[in-house]
Amino acid sequence: MLIQILEQVLNGLLAGAYYLLIALGLSLIFSLGGLVNLAHGAFYALGAYFAVKLADTIGYAGAFIASPVLVALIGLVVERFLFRRFYREDPALGLLLTFGLAMVTEQALRWIFGAAPIPFSIPPALKGQVLIGDFIYSRYRLLMLAVAVVAVGGLWHLLKRTPFGRVVRAGVQNPDMVAALGISLAPYMAAVVGLAVGLAALAGVLMAAITGVHPAMGADILTASFVVVVIGGLGSFWGVVLAALIIGVVRGLTVYFFPPAAEASMYLLMLLVLLFRPRGLFGERIQRFE
Amino acid sequence: MNRSPVSRRRRQVLQGAGAATALGALGFPAIVRSQSDSIRFGHLTPRTGFLGPLGEYAVMGVNLAVDELNAAGGIMGRKIELIAEDSVNPQTASTKAERLLERDKVVVIIGEISSASGLAIAQVAQRNRTLFFNTGCNSDELRGKSCNRYMFHTEAANSMYVNAEGQALLRDGMVKGKKWYSLTADYAFGHDLLRVSKRFMAANGGTFAADELVPTDAADFSPYLLKIRNAKPDLVVSNLAGAQITNFMKQYMEFGLPFPVAGFGFDTAVAWGAGKGNVLGIWPLVWDSQVKSASAQRFTEAFTKKYGKPPENQAWGDYMSTKHVAQAMNELKTTDSTKIVEYLEKGAKFDIMKSREGYYRNWDHQLMQEMYTITFKPAAEVKDKWDLFTLSPPVPAANQSLEVLAPTREENACTMPA
Repeated sequence: MLIQILEQVLNGLLAGAYYLLIALGLSLIFSLGGLVNLAHGAFYALGAYFAVKLADTIGYAGAFIASPVLVALIGLVVERFLFRRFYREDPALGLLLTFGLAMVTEQALRWIFGAAPIPFSIPPALKGQVLIGDFIYSRYRLLMLAVAVVAVGGLWHLLKRTPFGRVVRAGVQNPDMVAALGISLAPYMAAVVGLAVGLAALAGVLMAAITGVHPAMGADILTASFVVVVIGGLGSFWGVVLAALIIGVVRGLTVYFFPPAAEASMYLLMLLVLLFRPRGLFGERIQRFE
Repeated sequence: MNRSPVSRRRRQVLQGAGAATALGALGFPAIVRSQSDSIRFGHLTPRTGFLGPLGEYAVMGVNLAVDELNAAGGIMGRKIELIAEDSVNPQTASTKAERLLERDKVVVIIGEISSASGLAIAQVAQRNRTLFFNTGCNSDELRGKSCNRYMFHTEAANSMYVNAEGQALLRDGMVKGKKWYSLTADYAFGHDLLRVSKRFMAANGGTFAADELVPTDAADFSPYLLKIRNAKPDLVVSNLAGAQITNFMKQYMEFGLPFPVAGFGFDTAVAWGAGKGNVLGIWPLVWDSQVKSASAQRFTEAFTKKYGKPPENQAWGDYMSTKHVAQAMNELKTTDSTKIVEYLEKGAKFDIMKSREGYYRNWDHQLMQEMYTITFKPAAEVKDKWDLFTLSPPVPAANQSLEVLAPTREENACTMPA
């Protein structure tokens, strides 16, 4: 039994990585722009659909790279013409905008591709399983994990070790001071949105092979990703990472001990965390949101 | 300069009157005609959420039926006007059913897939004493404890799915002395199906290694797959629904577990959504375009022509129910629900696009019909994305009563409230 529980913990840690790619982007856009991006799941779905359609013509590897890039470009356009007007507005307006955008995107996908899931498989080269002792894992998911680790590591490096990241972090804490120093945040904000949206699309590309590709796929994953952000704490990079891993593990253990509560477990966890740490696990104090 | 304001005003009045007359002659009676002369059918089914993929086919089916009926003269010479909406969830389904019946005065509601929403619609329809044709809800309970006089079921009941699938499993020696591991959709349909499949298993000497509930929004099955692998069952049984089955099959293949798979609820669209190489198992099915009857081939041809893809079981259900309602109304020359109930309860026979005709059983209003099971072809034999499986001959066999699959009065008692 202990072995089986360990298995679930390990699998949960790996599963947490799927939420991570989406949750980090959500957290970034919110921290810097003050915008709760309810359309983030829609970009995830777009990533999956683009991958399926592109894979037919340019192959798996091409689709894998092209899809997130294309969706990131769409993200830049959306940022320029829509998001940008709402950073300093009442947060409710931003909510309305992105909620509407999510609905329009989902319905557009339904309109163009139909409500039924469209078939998509794991690339033949990545099919199969890996046995580590008695722990079985799919080769494809190991690749997903590797991509997630690289993406998270790259993002961390970008934010903490580059001049770009320093401006973004300063902007999160005090945009007025950044402006007073003569630095315009607008291009940084655009880059952050493009990056965040691209990561969401990357998650969509990766998940397309193992879950159904259907118009509502984004709405499903968005809620879980929000829970990750809330538990992790706003503005905290490692808080979000930790929360994603915890949620993966908690979900796995719930499936082991009491499966009907598998999806409810993360909300319960969120409730508990908020009761004792209203800012989330590692939430920073951000002046302008106080 | 001699145009006075007065004459201009008069001219405007005249123009206005002229326009009004023209409207009166053309537009207005047209509106009146559509109100009094058309017969309104209501259609509710989930178009979003995890059953949305099936609902889309339901909508295509009902639209095709209404088009064909109107082209053939409608009902008693009057056109059918279809009002179709997304039922979303039980609360919304109930509200929309009320609006269809009370505001739009529809003469029948057709549709639904979720057993929970189906129950909500059935209650509203019964209060309004109007027909409700259930085309996609499988729960036995809707035909038993929750049955009512105005509800008819073209969709097969869970018991019928279990018994059809069960015959195939008995034939393959997958029941007696075997350990099953079942995954069940955690809502009304799944609970009902689990109950019925347990009854079948116990009656035929099988046991459960485990039976587990899966939330309908679960997308990652890996924790379940690890548990199944450790339990080493003889058979993995799916009581899942809609998009869940797509995810389950894809990930089961991904993890490459060695145990055979069977299911007690199935829709072709979820297999199409998983695609070649991602599908496995033996599943029950209520209808498929591979059925050889003449009307099935006609329907398949018309559907494929209109939508560019073949119909599946859900399109069949909504198409056929609509045809049955219209046929009954035309034969009785009335849209009165109570009269139609009496007619159907007398055992009127209908073409159901299978080798034998069907009829609605009088005490629970379940359509008595043949069922099928499917097995997936090896990926190498698949011709196109619609061609994934082979269909069994119909069960029950031609010399058996159609009722052998259906629940008995003892198993699923129904007392129709007056």
